Amino acid sequence: MSLMRRAWLRTTLLLSPPLAWFLVIYLASLVIMLITSLWSVNSFTQSIDHTVTTQNFRQVASGAYPTIILRTVLLAALVTITDAVLAFPFAYVMARVARRRTQRLLLMAVLLPLWASYLAKVYAWIAILEKGGSVNWAFTKLGLPAPNLGFTNAAMWIAFTYIWLPYMIVPIYGALERIPGSLFEASSDLGGSGWTTMRRVVLPLALPGLVAGSIFTFSLTLGDYVTPLLVGGANSTLIGNAIYDNLLTGGNLPLAAALATVPIAIMVLYLLGAKRLGAFEAL
Amino acid sequence: MGKTEGQLNLIAWEGYAQPQWVKPFQQQTGCQVHAKYAGSSGEMVSLMANGGGGQYDMVSSSGDADLRLIYGGDVRPVNVGLVPSWQQFRPFLQAPAFNTIGGVHYGTSLQFGPNVLLYSTTTFPTAPTSWSVIYNSQYKGKITVPNNPIQIADAALYLETSQPSLGITDPYELTQPQFNAAVNLLKQQKPLIAKYWNLASDEINLFQSGTTVVGAAWPYQTITLQQNKAPVAETIPTQGATGWADSWLMATKAPHPNCAYKWMQWVSTPTVQAQQAISFGETPANTQACPIMNQLQAGSCAGYHADQPDAYFNSIKFWKTPLANCGNGKNDCVPYSEWTNAWTQITG
Amino acid sequence: MNGHRFTRTGLWAWVVGVLFFLFAPIITIVLFAFDGSKIETWPIRSWTTHWFSVAVHDPQVRSAFVLSIKAATLATLVALVLGSLAAFGVHRARFFGRDSISLLLILPLALPGIITGVALNSAFQYAGITLSLWTIIIGHATFCIVVILNYVIARLRRSSGTLAEASEVLGAWGLLTLRFVTLPIIATALVSGALLAFALSFDEVIVTTFTAGAQNTLPIWIFGAIRLGQQLPEVNAVVTIVLVLMVIPILIAARLTGSENVARLAEPSTKT
Repeated sequence: MSLMRRAWLRTTLLLSPPLAWFLVIYLASLVIMLITSLWSVNSFTQSIDHTVTTQNFRQVASGAYPTIILRTVLLAALVTITDAVLAFPFAYVMARVARRRTQRLLLMAVLLPLWASYLAKVYAWIAILEKGGSVNWAFTKLGLPAPNLGFTNAAMWIAFTYIWLPYMIVPIYGALERIPGSLFEASSDLGGSGWTTMRRVVLPLALPGLVAGSIFTFSLTLGDYVTPLLVGGANSTLIGNAIYDNLLTGGNLPLAAALATVPIAIMVLYLLGAKRLGAFEAL
Repeated sequence: MGKTEGQLNLIAWEGYAQPQWVKPFQQQTGCQVHAKYAGSSGEMVSLMANGGGGQYDMVSSSGDADLRLIYGGDVRPVNVGLVPSWQQFRPFLQAPAFNTIGGVHYGTSLQFGPNVLLYSTTTFPTAPTSWSVIYNSQYKGKITVPNNPIQIADAALYLETSQPSLGITDPYELTQPQFNAAVNLLKQQKPLIAKYWNLASDEINLFQSGTTVVGAAWPYQTITLQQNKAPVAETIPTQGATGWADSWLMATKAPHPNCAYKWMQWVSTPTVQAQQAISFGETPANTQACPIMNQLQAGSCAGYHADQPDAYFNSIKFWKTPLANCGNGKNDCVPYSEWTNAWTQITG
Repeated sequence: MNGHRFTRTGLWAWVVGVLFFLFAPIITIVLFAFDGSKIETWPIRSWTTHWFSVAVHDPQVRSAFVLSIKAATLATLVALVLGSLAAFGVHRARFFGRDSISLLLILPLALPGIITGVALNSAFQYAGITLSLWTIIIGHATFCIVVILNYVIARLRRSSGTLAEASEVLGAWGLLTLRFVTLPIIATALVSGALLAFALSFDEVIVTTFTAGAQNTLPIWIFGAIRLGQQLPEVNAVVTIVLVLMVIPILIAARLTGSENVARLAEPSTKT
C-alpha cells in the first residue's frame, strides 16, 4: 500500500513542474485566444467588443476561406505523402542495409540541413526554380523545355517537401531500426519472399514511425506562412497567411483566432487518429 | 533635453537604419541603435502596441499606419522645435495630416515616394501612359502587384478616371459601392497576376528573370534592376499614383526619449536625408538635401524627384488609414479592417 | 539473387537521389555566398569572398547570432529539465488520464507555430509582460520540451525498468540510482534530444516573430535582410559560416549516438 502511495507521490512530483508550465503558459494562452474568437472587432474604433458572437466563424465558413482551407489541407496531405515516399526507402537503407559507418554518415547528412537557416533554404528554392534559375538552366542545356516552376503552387509543394523531409526520415528510421533482425530471418525461413517480408513485417512495424513523421510534415505545412510568401504564386494563400494577415495587417485578432481553430481542430483529429495507430510510441 | 540614455530601439523599414548613417550617429551621441525590421504597416502597429511596450522608442511608419498609432495612443506628441532641420522641410511635410493633428505633431516627416509603374523596355518600347496595362489580359501571367490591402486604393485611383460615374474623389475614402467596384476590378485582375510580391527582392527576381513584364513597384526596385542592367524603366501614368510618406514617430512609453530626439535631429539633417534618399530611391523631406544628393551621385536629385515643384507632390495620393469616419459626416466609408478582409478574399 | 541485387541497386540509387535533393539548396546557398552580384541568377557570373568579411564584421549579425545562441541554450536547458521530468512521470505512471496527458503534452509541437505564437503573444500582452529574451525562451521551450520528452520516453520504453528497480531493491538510494543507473540509460537520448531542440530553437522564425522584443535573433535578422535583396549574399555567407560551425557538435553527437549501439546490446529484444 505504502509502495503504491509512494509511486503516486513520485508521479505527481515528477509531473507537476512540466504540467504546471504547460497548463499555465501554453494551454492558458491557447484558451484565451480561443475565447477571443467569440468576440469581435468594432470596425469603427478597432477596439475589441466583448459581446459573444459567432460572426467570425460564419465569416470563416464563407467567401474565399473554404477554398484557402481546402488548398492548405490538400497541400499538407500531398507534402506528407511525398515525404513518406521519399523517406521510406532512404530510412530503410539507413536502418537495415548500410554498414554502421555509412549509417552514421547518412544520419548526419539528414540532420545537417536542419542547421542551415529555414529562410535561406526556402529562398534557395527561388534561385533554383525561377525562370533564370538552375533547373531551367539545366533543362535548357539538355535540350528540354524549361519547366518554369518558379512562383507556383508546385514550387510551394517542392519547398515544403524539402524543408520537412528530415522530420519524416528520422522517425521512420527509428522505427525500422528497432525491428529485430530475427524477424527478418523468421520471415524468410517461413518462405516469405522479400516483398512479403516488406509488406507483412516491415511496413506494419514501421507504420508508427511513419505516422509520427506525418504529424510533423502535416502540421508544419498547415501552419506555415513564410514559404507561401516566398516561393508561392498568385494562388498560394494558405491558412497561415490568412491568420497572419488578419492579425498583423488587419488587426483583427478575433477573426484570426477563429481561423486558428481550423488547424487546431484538424490536428486534434489527426492526433487522435495517430494515437490509434500507435504513433506516440514512435515519436 | 536631458542626457542621452545610451540606447535607442527602433522599429523600421528594412534599409532605414543603414550603417552608413547609424554608425556616425552612435559615435556622436553614444546611443547604441537596435533596429527591428517590420514587414508591413500592420506589423509595425502590432509591434508598437501598448505604447511600444516600454521597449521601443520610435517607429518609421507610413501614412497608412500613422493614424492608427496616433488614435491608438501608442505614440506621443513631439516638440519639433527641438529638431532644427525641420525648418528646412517642404512646407506640406512640416505638418501633414498623417502625422500632425490639430497642430499637435506626433513625429517628423522623413522621406516619401510614389508607387510607380515598372515595365520591361523590351515589351514596352515606349512608356505605358495608363495603369490600365496592369488590368489588361494581354499581359496575363506577366503582371505583379504588391501583396498589400492598400492596393485596393490603386484600383480605386484607376477607377476614379476610368469610371467617373462612381464618383471616387479620394482612393482611401470609399463608400461601399465604390469599394465593391475596386474589389471587383482586383478580382478580375487576379487571373492575370504571376505573383503578389511580398518582398522587394521578390519583384526584383521576377523582373530580372523576365517572369513579369509590368507591375506596381517602388523606385527602389527600378534602381536595383537598372544597376544590374535589366531592361526596365518606371513611369507615373496619367492617373497619378499612390505613394508613401514615412515619419519617425515616438512611442508613448519610449524608454530613451533623449536618444530619440537626437535621432530625429540626425535623420532630418540634409546629409542623412540625402544618404537615405539615394540608398532607398526615395525623395527627402528636407529641401537642402538636393545638392548633397548630386554630390553623392550625379543627377540623383532630379532622378529621385527632389527638385520637383509642389504640383508633382499633389499628384501623389499618399497612403493613409481608411477610416469609417471619412469626413463626409456620414461615417459610411469602408474601414481598414474590411480592406484587409477583402484583400484576403481577392488573393485567396 | 539477381532480383535481390536489382532491389539493392534501386535502393541505393534512391538514397543518392534523396541526398541530392537534401543538399541541392545547401549547395545553392554556399555557391551564392561567393556571388559577385546581389541578384541571384544562374549560372553565377562573378565570384568573390567579400561577403564573408562583410558577414563577420557586421555588428547586427554578431549580436543576432549571440542572442540566438543564448535563447537556444536556455530554452534547451529548460526543456531538458521539464521534458525529462515529464517523460519519467508519464512513463512510470499507470493512472487514468495518462493517455490524455501525453496527447496534451504533444500539442505544442503538433499545433502550427503561428498558433503558439499568436496565443503566447496575446497572453503576454494580456498579462502585461514585456517581450524580451525571456519571452523568446518561454516560446521556444514550449515546443523544445516536447522534443526532449519524446526522446527520453522512447528510450525509457526501450530500456527495461528492471535495472532501476533492481538498484532500488538492492538498497541504492534514489539519487544513486539516478546517477549510476537512470542517467547513463537516458544520456544519449538527452544528447540527441538536446541537439534537435537546440537546432529547432536556433532556426525558429514564426514563434519568435510573435515573442521577440527589440533585439533580433539570427533568423529574424535574416528575414529582414532578404526583404530588399541587398544583403542576400551576406545572408548566404552567414548561413554557410553557421553550417561549418555546427558540423562539429553534430560530429560529436554522431560519435555519442554511435556508442549508444554498445548500450543497446544489453537489450535482448533488439539484439541483431
